[in-house]
Amino acid sequence: MDVLKRASAAGTPPALEELVAAIPYCRFLGIRVDRKGSEVTTILPFSQHLIGNPVLPALHGGVIGAFMEVTAILQIAFETGGEALAKPVDINIDYLRSGRPIDTFGRAHITKLGRRVINVHVDIWQDQHTKPIAALRGHFLVAGDVDAAG
Amino acid sequence: MSGVPHAAAIGMRVISADGGQVVCKVPHDPKFVGNPETGVVHGGVVTTLLDNACGIAVTSKTGLAGQIATLDLRIDYMRPAAAGADIFAHAECFKVTRTIAFVRGVAFQSDRDDPVATCTAAFMLGSKSGEGANLPKSGAA
Repeated sequence: MDVLKRASAAGTPPALEELVAAIPYCRFLGIRVDRKGSEVTTILPFSQHLIGNPVLPALHGGVIGAFMEVTAILQIAFETGGEALAKPVDINIDYLRSGRPIDTFGRAHITKLGRRVINVHVDIWQDQHTKPIAALRGHFLVAGDVDAAG
Repeated sequence: MSGVPHAAAIGMRVISADGGQVVCKVPHDPKFVGNPETGVVHGGVVTTLLDNACGIAVTSKTGLAGQIATLDLRIDYMRPAAAGADIFAHAECFKVTRTIAFVRGVAFQSDRDDPVATCTAAFMLGSKSGEGANLPKSGAA
């Protein structure tokens, strides 16, 4: 992707807002990103089309998983500066609390940056960072590996 | 799937659901692309399809609609979901205890033996204590 290649050539982290805007699925979910220094926070503004349980109402579990996956991929792009997006190998999602119909925020932490595989942990929360609504632990293939899926 | 706004938003359809066995489908849509360079569908679409299919499998096995909550979901991504092709999910609820239902699922395109992803999931069944995400406090369906 252009935005990644330009950043990689310049040796700087990619412009994450531009990256998110270039990914159709991120636009569909409405994901935004906020960067303060080296700290990246993803934002999932509430929208009616993200609801999975209209009775509660609550966000769809798949949307929660997708948002965490995007958070992980953006953090990897930000920290490793590759020319392509990292690809998921496997993810484990813990659903901790109901996703209420309000904005959701996410932060990812790279636990280990290997040569081929990256271990990432993601937490997402709504009104209090200390009360995550879900967590993800996942393995991602370093961009450029031909075996990668997704 | 008109009762589930996000499932409707991705055009998800239930093809069959009986006795804990479910087949669902998401039609291809350009808005699902996760990598504009390759046209590959974002993993989140597969996650959503599998999560929803697994939930329906639990409902079809237990008859508990709206009183189940995903506890955890593990997904293994086997290959990219090719651009331009529909994605199917087959989910099977294979064990139900008093409080938990266990489900496995597979997402595929043209060939079930060449999966895009597989998953295992555990769901909380309606309980008075209300643990687990997305669980109604009362028995609202």
